[in-house]
Amino acid sequence: MTESPDGRAKPHSTDRRRFLTRSLATGGALATAGLVPARAISQTAPDPLITEVQPWAQYLGDGVDVYPYGMPIEFESDVIRRNVPWLTAETASSINFTPIHQLDGIITPNGLCFERHHAGSIELAKEDYRLMINGLVDQPLVFTYADLERFPRENRIYFLECAANSGMEWAGPQLNGAQFTHGMIHNVMYTGVMVKDLLAEAGVKTEGKWLLAEGADASAMTRSVPMDKALEDCMVAFKMNGEALRKEQGYPARLVVPGWEGNMWVKWLRRLEVGDQPWEQREETSKYTDTLEDGRSRKWTWVMDAKSVITSPSPQMPIRHGKGRLVITGVAWSGRGTVSEVHVTTDGGVNWHQARLSGPSLDKSMHRFYYEMDWDGRPMLLQSRAVDSTGYVQPTKDVLRKFRGLNSIYHNNGIQTWAISADGEAENVEIS
Amino acid sequence: GAGKVLHLGRAALPEEVAAWDIDVRPDGTGLPEGQGSVEDGEVLFSDTCASCHGEFGEGVDRWPTLAGGIGTLADQDPDKTLGSYWPYLSTAYDYIHRAMPFGDAQSLEPDEIYAMLAYILNMNDIVDDDFVLSRENFLTVEMPNADGFFRDDRDEVELPELTQAPCMESCKDTAPEITRHASILDVTPDTPDDGAES
Repeated sequence: MTESPDGRAKPHSTDRRRFLTRSLATGGALATAGLVPARAISQTAPDPLITEVQPWAQYLGDGVDVYPYGMPIEFESDVIRRNVPWLTAETASSINFTPIHQLDGIITPNGLCFERHHAGSIELAKEDYRLMINGLVDQPLVFTYADLERFPRENRIYFLECAANSGMEWAGPQLNGAQFTHGMIHNVMYTGVMVKDLLAEAGVKTEGKWLLAEGADASAMTRSVPMDKALEDCMVAFKMNGEALRKEQGYPARLVVPGWEGNMWVKWLRRLEVGDQPWEQREETSKYTDTLEDGRSRKWTWVMDAKSVITSPSPQMPIRHGKGRLVITGVAWSGRGTVSEVHVTTDGGVNWHQARLSGPSLDKSMHRFYYEMDWDGRPMLLQSRAVDSTGYVQPTKDVLRKFRGLNSIYHNNGIQTWAISADGEAENVEIS
Repeated sequence: GAGKVLHLGRAALPEEVAAWDIDVRPDGTGLPEGQGSVEDGEVLFSDTCASCHGEFGEGVDRWPTLAGGIGTLADQDPDKTLGSYWPYLSTAYDYIHRAMPFGDAQSLEPDEIYAMLAYILNMNDIVDDDFVLSRENFLTVEMPNADGFFRDDRDEVELPELTQAPCMESCKDTAPEITRHASILDVTPDTPDDGAES
């Protein structure tokens, strides 16, 4: 019995259901030795979930006034963002991870979108919000939040991937789960206004080739964005998946920089400055620069290259149903365009199969793929490989290391391997 | 539509621009008047910064290291500090002003920032003990890794190889073997179901 939020005791039978599921799975494994198992698992006794009237079929459920803003059902309480304490010194300048292993489709629920702050998630009311445009413009301007809502709006679905996603894996497999190796990403529909429309109000001078975006938090996060990109597709967004931005995602307004590293998507955006040179701020010199083997470093590595990961099975999503039909699924994305193909291998890259893309295929957005197969119960080495609309093929980690060495920290889009054991467990590994 | 002026917003006042436009560029644009000595910086740093960054910029626990590491960037485990890695001193002034001390940002006066910066440079053996940093001599300081960065060249270096049609069948001569395991490290947080984490 569990307590519902209104205090009433509510019966449920999770334990019994789990027990039944487990016995069915065991029975299935015993009954089927061949490649394609028989459909039916012999049921010796009638299933009481069918033959007995269950409480939910007899008593009333919650009224419509119980949850003015609903949360997931309690059985999904493990679908949460996770923190890895040893990664950073302090949680206010840190990262957490989207539970991508448990999600499907391409849209990340707002409450599960990973967070990356440099001085904590601040509370900034719409009434207190100001956006300044200054620098090489005809007229420096100040906008209120209400002003932003009077510009023409656009709706775009984009992935936001932290430049450091998979960064802990450069030197070898460390974290055992897709959430931890690939979960610094989310994909939502943004509603907002185009940066080009905001800049048109101020009037950019001809020598204005760069745009500095600055946040209102105590890190005063700043990045230099080339003007061509700012005018092409950057947005100031105030809604995600239909509702206001979450506090931790920059409420009430953030910058959207499609296809480019998440650090540039400045949250709690307070200022856009037009300049004739880049500013070389801390987040584009000390951080978000990629050191190569010879000790020199790439800077301005803005675009996020094509990447994919199998989300299930994965270390946090073992195979529990035994042999037979298996759905392999995952996500793929590219900052260079759409994903045109995803290939899946079960033998560590000897042979590859075309996966099936399902759902919208949008520019610089997540794509969902499936590869359905019959599993014979033998160990597998699972990998996925994305190919984008420019012909870019997701490389192996070894190929990336050949170009970059082990110390570039950011931009690890190498192919991920999960080793599946005969009992269905999955592990983060690297292979020869 | 693009280019159509809607006459939204209002003119920003000079005082407002001055309050928020605090950025400093590599050419020194944005630096305020002021100066500070290594000697003064040592005291200020000890009071304000050392609890996280260490008395000598060595970093406490996982807090950032600010000094040392010069010449280590090609090592297996490079020590990337203000002295060994940062290309521009302007970035350090700008960042200390806008974001430090952590938890009490924008609380420092220009003279304090110049002094702390002089001390950090001194810890990195970039300036002598009697150095006084000011807006006037700011651009004369030579950062060891000033030439250590170059523009993203993935398109030239990596794309030719990474846009080749991929192999689909019989792509390896021998069966792949597992070379490294994440579970041996065992640094992944336990699942909430295990009750090992609150």
